[in-house]
Amino acid sequence: MKIALFATCIVDGMYPRAAQATVAVLERLGHEVVFPKGQACCGQMHVNSGYFKEAVPVVANHVRAFESEDYDVAVAPSGSCVASVKHQHPMVARRAGDAGLEERATAVGKKTYELSELLVDVLGVTNPAEQLGSYFPHTVTYHPSCHGMRLLKLGDRQAGLLRGVKGLELLDLPEADQCCGFGGTFSVKNAYVSSAMLADKAANIRSTGASVCAGGDYSCLMHIGGGLSRQGSGVATLHLAEILASTEAAPVAVPGPAGQPVKVVVK
Amino acid sequence: MSRTALGMPGLRPGSGNLFAEEKFPSAARRELGNAQLRRNLKHATSTIRTKRLNVTGELPDWEELREAGSALKTSVMARLPELLEAFEANVTARGGTVHWARDADEANRIIHGLVKAEGVDEVVKVKSMATQEIGMNEYLEEHGIAAYETDLAELIVQLDHDKPSHILVPAIHKNRTEVRDIFLKEMPGVDPGLTDEPRRLAMAARAHLRAKFLTAKVAISGANFGIADSGALSVVESEGNGRMCLTLPGTLITVMGIEKLLPSFSDLEVFLQLLPRSSTGERMNPYTSLWTGVTEGDGPQKFHVILLDNGRTNALADEMGRSALHCIRCSACINVCPVYERAGGHAYGSTYPGPIGAILSPLMTGVEAEENGSLPYASSLCGACYDACPVKINIPDILVHLRGKDVDAHRGGLPSQLDVGLKAASWALSDGRRLGAVEKLLPLGRAAAGKDKKIKKLPGIAAGWTQSRDIPAPPSQSFRDWWAKEHKES
Ligand code: SF4
Repeated sequence: MKIALFATCIVDGMYPRAAQATVAVLERLGHEVVFPKGQACCGQMHVNSGYFKEAVPVVANHVRAFESEDYDVAVAPSGSCVASVKHQHPMVARRAGDAGLEERATAVGKKTYELSELLVDVLGVTNPAEQLGSYFPHTVTYHPSCHGMRLLKLGDRQAGLLRGVKGLELLDLPEADQCCGFGGTFSVKNAYVSSAMLADKAANIRSTGASVCAGGDYSCLMHIGGGLSRQGSGVATLHLAEILASTEAAPVAVPGPAGQPVKVVVK
Repeated sequence: MSRTALGMPGLRPGSGNLFAEEKFPSAARRELGNAQLRRNLKHATSTIRTKRLNVTGELPDWEELREAGSALKTSVMARLPELLEAFEANVTARGGTVHWARDADEANRIIHGLVKAEGVDEVVKVKSMATQEIGMNEYLEEHGIAAYETDLAELIVQLDHDKPSHILVPAIHKNRTEVRDIFLKEMPGVDPGLTDEPRRLAMAARAHLRAKFLTAKVAISGANFGIADSGALSVVESEGNGRMCLTLPGTLITVMGIEKLLPSFSDLEVFLQLLPRSSTGERMNPYTSLWTGVTEGDGPQKFHVILLDNGRTNALADEMGRSALHCIRCSACINVCPVYERAGGHAYGSTYPGPIGAILSPLMTGVEAEENGSLPYASSLCGACYDACPVKINIPDILVHLRGKDVDAHRGGLPSQLDVGLKAASWALSDGRRLGAVEKLLPLGRAAAGKDKKIKKLPGIAAGWTQSRDIPAPPSQSFRDWWAKEHKES
C-alpha cells in the first residue's frame, strides 16, 4: 500500500522522531511511505481559537498538498489533527462559502487515518511484538487524548497496541479519560485552570509509578511532559509510534527527565 | 448567521442574570484559590458522574433515546411559532391565562402585577431556572414582595444571600457545616442547638417551610416541559416541595422559556427517561407533577403561564448555535466538565454555568455583551459535555463557532498578541515551503534552551504556558529536512 504521511506541524518541528518512527513502522510492514511536500498544518489552532478566516488558507494548503500526491491512504501520528482534517476542514470551507473546497476537503478527510486506526483497522496489526518486532522493556502508563477518544472513537486501539509490545508493562492510569488541560490556546488564555487540570493529570501519572507516559498526540504529550519535567518527576513522555518502532536490536531509550531528544534508529 | 440575514425584526437580546461581569479567566483564577470549593466540587461531581454512567449504561437503547430527544427538539425549534400558538390556545381553553414576555424586565413586571392583584406580600417558589435567569426574587423584593425558595438547596443559597453555582445542586459550593451556620444565623426560630447532621438540617428546613406552604396564597414555578397539543405543564423534582407549591396555594404563576415545548404528551416518554438518568443519575425522579389549566375544586383556581423569550429567539436565529435551545437543564455537561470542576459555577457569572452556560449565555445576549465573549473560551474542547448530553448538543462545535463570532467582533481593533501570532502562523502554516523556512530557525530555539535542554520562561502571553510547564529544546532539524536528506531531495 502507498501511504502518505501527514507529519503534523508540531511533530515536524518539535518531535520529528515520532514521524520517523511512524515511517519505520509502516515500512517494516512492507508499505511505501510518501511525504507530500506542500503539507504544513491542519489549522486546528486557528479554528479552535475562532480565527476561521485565517484557517481557510491553512486548510486549502492541506487539501492541495494531499491532492497533489498519489496514494492509497494518508496517516498522521495524531488523533487531534486527524479529527481536524475530517471534521473541521469541511466546516471551515462551508463557513467560507467555498463549496468546492468543502467537497475536496471531505474527500481528503475520508482517506485520512490516525496511526492506531490505520494499523488496527486497515493493516491488521494485532500483535505488534510479532508483526513489528516491537520491544520496550519499561513500565508505561497511557493517556488517551480527548480528540482520539471522543471524536475518532479510537476506543482500545492505542492501548491494545501497547499491550502487544514485548516487555512492556502497561499500568492503569487513574481518571484516564480526564482532559490534561492542554486545549491549544486554552493553555495560555485560561492558563490557571489549564495548570490545575495538568496538576491532577501529572499526579495521576506519577501515582502509577510508571517510568513513561505514552500517548498518541504530541500536543498533549508536550503539555503533560512539560508539567512532569517542571515537577522534576523523572517520568518521560513518548509517542505510541516511538514505542512500536522500538525493537530488541534497536531499542528506543527512555528519554531523561529533561526530555532530551532520543535517537530513533529507522528500519 | 447574522440576525439581519434572517430578516427578523425586533430581536431583543436577553437580559437579567445572563452576564459574566468579569472575564472568565480572572474570575476562575480567584475561585481556583478556594480549596474548600474545589474539594466539594470534586467530590460532588465525581459521585454524580459514576451514578449517571451506571444508569445510562444499563439501557440498551440509550443512544437511540438520545437521538430521539435530539430529533424531537430539532423539530420543535423548526415549528416553534405554530406550537406556541397551539399551546396558548389550549391553556386558555382549559381556564389558564397566557402572557408573553420579551425579556426579563417584561416578565418581572407581569409577575409583579399578578401578585399585587392577589393583595399578598409573600409567595412560595418551586425551584426554577427561568426565574433565576430573570432575577425575579430581587425584582419582587424591591417591590415589597418576599419570594420564598422551597427547594432545600435554593433555600440555603437564598438565606445566605448568595447565588446558586450549579443548576441542579445550587448549593454545591457549601458543605454541611456551612449550611448549619447559615441556618443558625438566618432562619427565624431555628433551634440554637442545631447540628450539621443532614437529617437535622432537613428537618429544620421542613419546619421553616411548612408554615409558608400552609399560608401562601400565590406560588411561582418554572416548567420542565409544556405540552403544545393539550396545554399541560410538567415539573420534575426530587423533594416534593414543588408539588406542595403547585397544589396548595390558590394562584399559580408558571414562568416557562419558549423552548420548553414538546408537541404532545407521548413525547414525555423520551424525556422522562433522558432527564432523571442524566441529571441525578436516578432511573426515575421521585416527583413528576403534571397539570392542565384549572380544575374546579382541585388545586389552584387561578393559573397563569408566562412565556419567556429573553434572548431565546436570538439563539434561534443563529443557525450553528440554535441547538443550544434543546437543553433540558439536566446538568450532565456541567458535572463532567473539567473546567467547571475547578472553576466552579460563580466564575461564569450567568445563571447558567458550565459548558451549556458558556454557549447559552452568549447566544442569548450576543457575544459582545459585558464579558460574555470570554465564556466560549472557558473550555479545553475535550468533548466530555457532548458525550454526556442527553439531547446531543454539540457544545464543542458551538463553542468554537462563538469564538469565531467573538474574534470577528474584535476585528479592526487593536490586535492582541494572539491576533498577531495567529495571523503570522496562518501565513507560515499555509505553505510547506514557508514552514520549512521557519523550521530552519529551530537551532536558534535550541540555543535559547538552558544546559538542561529545557525552556523554562517565555515572555508575553506564552508566560501562561511556562508558569507550570517546560518546553523541551527543539530538535536540530525538522522531520521535513530529515526526510529530504534521506530521500536526496532538495
Ligand atoms: S446541554 Fe445537554 S447535558 Fe448540558 S444541561 Fe443541557 S441537556 Fe443537560
